[in-house]
Amino acid sequence: MRQISAEVITETVARLCIEANCFLPCDMQKRIRESLEGEVWPQAREILERIIENFEAAGEGSQPICQDTGMACVFLKIGQDVHITGDLTGAVNEGVRRGYREGFLRKSVVRDPLCRVNTGDNTPAVLYTEIVPGDRVEVTVAPKGFGSENMSGIKMLRPSDGLAGVKDFVVKTVEEAGPNPCPPIVVGVGIGGTFDKAAYLAKKALLRSVEEPNPDPFYAELERELLEKINALGIGPQGFGGKTTALAVNIETFPTHIAGLPVAVNINCHVTRHKTEVL
Amino acid sequence: MPISITAPMTREQARALKAGDSCLLSGTIYTARDAAHKRLCALVEEGKPLPIDLKDSVIYFVGPTPAKPGQVIGSAGPTTSYRMDAYSPTLIALGQTGMIGKGKRGEEVVEAMKIHGAVYFGAIGGCGALLGRCVKKSEIVAYEDLGAEAIRRLEVEDFPVTVVIDSRGNNLYETGRAGYLESVK
Repeated sequence: MRQISAEVITETVARLCIEANCFLPCDMQKRIRESLEGEVWPQAREILERIIENFEAAGEGSQPICQDTGMACVFLKIGQDVHITGDLTGAVNEGVRRGYREGFLRKSVVRDPLCRVNTGDNTPAVLYTEIVPGDRVEVTVAPKGFGSENMSGIKMLRPSDGLAGVKDFVVKTVEEAGPNPCPPIVVGVGIGGTFDKAAYLAKKALLRSVEEPNPDPFYAELERELLEKINALGIGPQGFGGKTTALAVNIETFPTHIAGLPVAVNINCHVTRHKTEVL
Repeated sequence: MPISITAPMTREQARALKAGDSCLLSGTIYTARDAAHKRLCALVEEGKPLPIDLKDSVIYFVGPTPAKPGQVIGSAGPTTSYRMDAYSPTLIALGQTGMIGKGKRGEEVVEAMKIHGAVYFGAIGGCGALLGRCVKKSEIVAYEDLGAEAIRRLEVEDFPVTVVIDSRGNNLYETGRAGYLESVK
């Protein structure tokens, strides 16, 4: 059985926290540049130009793209033939602690949701683990800003609400969010499963490249249609009007109960960050 | 062409600005977000003195990243403003004339802006790396224990903002979207 020490996990998480926060993924860069080409509204063009200038400056100077360097969401796909020596959860949190300190990233986590005292080191991470075949460990760090997180929503639709109900809920959630989540946004949608599973799927959808449609043609078409509907709202970059309200809609699905149709919408801003490394 | 404006800003200066105006702001502003607003309003309620002078003040809703060695400040873009809606009317009544943030504001804030003469600016959310460069000086003046949420006094130079809601209640989020939709009809 392959052994990986917890220290390696720590080092990897620390490095990914910094890289994810300072370097916007290529697919996002490309999509934002393309949206500028298709934008005619003057104020929208001006904002998209500033957004491009900003992620370029951040990358060149290893500076956080946004001051909200997020809550660290860490996704581990652990091969079942790997044995991790040491405390895995502790190692992930130590990685977050180190990355946020050494990268001069903002510490944005409070220990208790009601007493609200800052933990001072951005821990704990929100950690998701998945056991997969093989002897590798895939580590993804996705810092999640809360301007957009706060605009997310979930609804337990009735099966009779069907496809129309899903479309309606996604578009309404984006319209109500308006300028708040820093448009242009990326919309993660989770359909099916249980209450919690739908929310997890919506978050997971945000990890997929904005250039990669859902492999199922039905859902790829739904992604395209929802993007078109959202961009017809006219909210535009920063909410000052324009075509570019969303850069992409990514959908993930899961089987669900005969009585249910859960739908979750997890909104992310134009600084949709994630970085993956395979150990 | 952007309008050059300075802070502190009088009520008359605030009243002269119109929704949609692009401005370059220079001068002295304060940072405060959720936790600092809560403390300021608690002091007001208890009738105690405040750590900053609110008269003609402009408050920037921001929690910057830590400055690297040699930097004045780290990344410093706006946070979503509606979370300050519960507090802003109190501070506006006490002399605050400008707010910098992003996103919608509640009716109670717009009412206070109309009554007292104040303006709500938007800075580009998610452009913290660029906006941080307009900050020439930064000093913590209160609540250091809050970390990123401490109140800082900033000296800014040509800090780009757009008037989103003016002192008559005109709102760029409404007119901008409507204008765009009309243009593509």
